[in-house]
Amino acid sequence: MELRQSSLSSRNLLVPLGSVVLALLVGAVFVLIAGENPITAYRVLFVESFGSVRSIATTLQRATPLIFTGLGVAFAFRCGLFNIGAEGQLYVGAIVAAIIGVSFGDLPRVIHLPMAVAGGMAAGGIWAAVPGILKAKLGVHEVINTIMMNFVAYYLTDFLVTGPFHGGRWAPETDRVFPTAALERIFLPTRLNSGIILAVVAIAVVYVILWKTKTGYEIRAVGFNPGAAEYGGISVARNMVLAMVISGAVASLAGVEQVLGVHGRFIQRFSPDLGFMGIAVALLGKNHPVGVFFAAVLFGALRTGGAAMDRLTDVPRELIVIIQAMIIMFVAADELIRRLFARRGKA
Amino acid sequence: MWWEYITYFINATVLAAALRMATPLIFASMGGIFSERSGVINIGLEGMMLTGAFMGMLVTFYTNNPWVGLVGALLSGGIVGMVHAVAAVRYKVDQVVSGTAINIFAVGFTVFMLRTIFDVAGTSPAVPRIRTVALPVVRHIPVIGEIIGYQNPMVYMALILVVVVHIFLFHTVWGLRLRAVGEHPKAADTVGINVFLTRYIAVITSGALAGLGGAYLSIAHLSRFGDEMTAGRGFIALAAMIFGKWTPFGALGAAMLFGFADAVQMRLQEVGIPRHFVQMIPYILTMVALAGFIGRATPPKSIGKPYEKE
Repeated sequence: MELRQSSLSSRNLLVPLGSVVLALLVGAVFVLIAGENPITAYRVLFVESFGSVRSIATTLQRATPLIFTGLGVAFAFRCGLFNIGAEGQLYVGAIVAAIIGVSFGDLPRVIHLPMAVAGGMAAGGIWAAVPGILKAKLGVHEVINTIMMNFVAYYLTDFLVTGPFHGGRWAPETDRVFPTAALERIFLPTRLNSGIILAVVAIAVVYVILWKTKTGYEIRAVGFNPGAAEYGGISVARNMVLAMVISGAVASLAGVEQVLGVHGRFIQRFSPDLGFMGIAVALLGKNHPVGVFFAAVLFGALRTGGAAMDRLTDVPRELIVIIQAMIIMFVAADELIRRLFARRGKA
Repeated sequence: MWWEYITYFINATVLAAALRMATPLIFASMGGIFSERSGVINIGLEGMMLTGAFMGMLVTFYTNNPWVGLVGALLSGGIVGMVHAVAAVRYKVDQVVSGTAINIFAVGFTVFMLRTIFDVAGTSPAVPRIRTVALPVVRHIPVIGEIIGYQNPMVYMALILVVVVHIFLFHTVWGLRLRAVGEHPKAADTVGINVFLTRYIAVITSGALAGLGGAYLSIAHLSRFGDEMTAGRGFIALAAMIFGKWTPFGALGAAMLFGFADAVQMRLQEVGIPRHFVQMIPYILTMVALAGFIGRATPPKSIGKPYEKE
């Protein structure tokens, strides 16, 4: 099963790297359509995302939420579950973190911040548990239910942010969270914040859970072959629900980071498809925590460079979205990629 | 008193609006039925609709004729459907991944092209649209005339489409073959049905119909394209298809119910029911239906599984 490979050997890197190259080639066609030289456009893209310490910091900041959603989606994949609901999970996580963040102003930082983070994670975990339970108990495919839960999350947070938790300003957003709940900025003037440290910790934790604990072994066993796992005495239902809860909790950190570290408040529909991009990050990273990190950095760089490209050339930033979509498609079409590049290798 | 209360929410004006809201959902859900009945999951309906909405506007812009624009939407939706078909059938790409890629691509592609061609962000220039018509005779029938007597031609097309798809699927040999391929591809293959070709045609048709649903938004209901104007309608259409148990009339009923929820939300807001909760209804009902609490919705048996010829 392509989705469940584990090691990051050089042979396994062929498909991700080949996919990125092919996607950039397709992107080049669109650059030409926009009337710009692809080499010029891609140079701007690269220089503005990796060319200075400051641009690298911005790239890492853009990568941070994608690490969380990518890890979350990858974790579910390891259990054979397709969590397309990271978007909804990060929204409920974000709104709960914001609600805790704007309340309890008299708490010390050591309690307030962890409380806001944990609250967000709990919300995301519960949100993901629903499709997990429906899958485990009733056999309903999690894909449709996670999609449906996304929309319920949009409307629920729309309601909360325009109703009971609408802030003092006119815009549909909450008030600013108290400084005691904020993830502090670590590289001004960029918006890089301590969320990136949390992300690195999450990578390590997910790795340890999956490969160094009995729970992780069971989750992977269910993902590898549910029938055999059940026969071997592993509860498929229990592990599916658990995998979804962890997946949702990790993915929701993307929303938590955006609220507590970047915007300082919950803004209605703030996410530029971070949850869906998490699917791309997970696939490109081969569902491995380290792979997820590099894939997220690549996507963060694309977003950072794309914004600059939009400013400095005639190429609209949506080129990045096109490239990201192509990466998803090509990574999943591994048969196509292998054939294309293997033939070239032999010649 | 209670009668007045009910007629405030359920009356010819609201039902006529519900039908207008349901129309794009009907087109796309019929598309979904084609694809999924042949065994190919299509969560890319949203992207196919969005592409259709954009291309419908674009072709109308250049030809000044929304009917030609409609053909453009049909073809462009079909092309996106073909991409999904090639990915899913030929390269055995995970169908959910392929659909996700298509949805993301469509957002990027339409905004990119809108900005490149028109140098505007947000909305396209206005184009001619397919105009509402009054049905002779029918519009003088009380109540019914008020609901369906004065609607956009695409509304009538959607209703006719439901009947056509129903007859095709359940009363023709091609429909039987399509369903056989979705339920039991190996058996279908054994009796000489070309599984691959059937799936290609079904998924391309799916995209074409979703494209029409999108075009309804840009060149019939409105007369311009706006960024991400489908706003999740592809997913509501998916929900309608599931809630309607993968049958044309079931999907029509679900689309009407969801359209009704859409049409009545403002009136409910007036009596203190937040519209956001009304907007959740299609999604929650679909989950309930899938869970089997209101008559279980069971997908075609071989859905999502690529077919490998032995």
